[in-house]
Amino acid sequence: MNDILMEVRKDYVLSKLREGERIDGRSFDEMRSIEIKTGIIGKAEGSAYVKLGNTQVVVGVKMQIGEPFPDTPDQGIIITNAELVPLASPTFEPGPPDENAIELARVVDRGIRHSEAVDLKRLCVEEGEKVWMVFIDIWALDDDGNLMDASALAAIAALLNTTVPAERFEVGNDFPLPVRDLPIAVTSLVYGDWIMVDPCRDELSVGRNTITITTDQSDNVVSIQKSGPFLLSERAFEGVLDLSIRKAREVRGLLAEI
Amino acid sequence: MELIVDGKRLDGRGFDELRPIKIEAGILNRADGSCYLEMGGNKVVAAVYGPREVHPKHLEDPSKAIIRYRYSMASFSVEERKRPGPDRRSIEISKVSREALEPVIMKELFPRSSIDIFVEVLQADAGSRTACLNAASVALIDAGVPMKGIVTSVAVAKVEGFLVLDPMKDEDYYGEADVPFAFLIRNGKIESITLLQMDGRLTVDELKSALELAKRGAMKIYKLQRDAILKRYVGEEVIE
Repeated sequence: MNDILMEVRKDYVLSKLREGERIDGRSFDEMRSIEIKTGIIGKAEGSAYVKLGNTQVVVGVKMQIGEPFPDTPDQGIIITNAELVPLASPTFEPGPPDENAIELARVVDRGIRHSEAVDLKRLCVEEGEKVWMVFIDIWALDDDGNLMDASALAAIAALLNTTVPAERFEVGNDFPLPVRDLPIAVTSLVYGDWIMVDPCRDELSVGRNTITITTDQSDNVVSIQKSGPFLLSERAFEGVLDLSIRKAREVRGLLAEI
Repeated sequence: MELIVDGKRLDGRGFDELRPIKIEAGILNRADGSCYLEMGGNKVVAAVYGPREVHPKHLEDPSKAIIRYRYSMASFSVEERKRPGPDRRSIEISKVSREALEPVIMKELFPRSSIDIFVEVLQADAGSRTACLNAASVALIDAGVPMKGIVTSVAVAKVEGFLVLDPMKDEDYYGEADVPFAFLIRNGKIESITLLQMDGRLTVDELKSALELAKRGAMKIYKLQRDAILKRYVGEEVIE
């Protein structure tokens, strides 16, 4: 049943594409509407809710003190995890994270890590002994496509909203988490020569063939992930690079407002 | 740590030079296709089983073969013993590597079957996912699996401001960016990108240059993959 519906949707998406249109009337470089709310979970050190079209996700940040990695004794630690809980989609199943959840978490993590968004040196409590561990947990609520960008945006919004709970751990005064960059992930669906930014779920029925490009606030690329079994042309790659930088600037503007 | 001295890399390579590569096809008895490959300090073995019946049955696809890829690291392959079994990194690498091969394998020819690709990293240096893909590609051909072309993989890193081909451990660890690529090469020409990941920090222009550098490296690896297959099936003397 699901398969037949998928085929019908796919035919519809493709017939619209042949007319040069997307099924929801968006232009090819237009994202869905974005809503960001922060500080929604009192028990978390930081939190954010993002609604991207009909895709909804919550990210919570929890912190605790732990031992640093031996090769970075003076730096805090970031640990990113994603839970694709069964409430968010009929295709998500309970159990440990599958490859999609792992990929999602790791791509979000790389954006934050390589843009050096969090000043990890300021999360050192006692060199070689005690550092802050920042747990970024992505909780999917409703998957209407492109959980990636929604999660990445919710993650950075939650970090911006995070207070380091130093008083609770008796290591000084609370302070805001030092965030110094705003990495933004932009995912595009690639179908032949067509590039559709921020694909919704129905559009993904043509194949979950996407590329995610994360850029920092100086327009550097900090992470790329081609995801899906498809052949990517060089032309599409170059097109998607420029598109992602342009879109990321727009989204970053929204973060400045919160 | 200085990684570039007098315009040369720590192991004496130029920026556009690959590490030494050794490829041998058909080294395992039980597998339908196999390959042993060394790429610098990487030593990897790839095996292909199939097309064969799908287990478990419910994964069968009536219209095409399913492709499975398992990247696995031996516990002794790295400095500090790695706990055997898949970790999050291996699961992600397995996923993107499978997706790099899937569009190249003509899976529509084998409905209701599976093609299983297993790669074991016996010794890891930097770029083990690229070494594994190169080996898997040769193993698939050795198994006689019909493909649209050959997949060839290589990474480019940014080290002290320079783009370098096929980074080794220190360049990967201390470098500013790492970009693994894989390409579909058909009729001796690079046709498209099948794997692309990146982490670090690069400008758009640097990324475009990285792509060009990777393509040049991939063409060299492609010739070695081809030679390994010819050697197995035609014999040494044919290769000039």
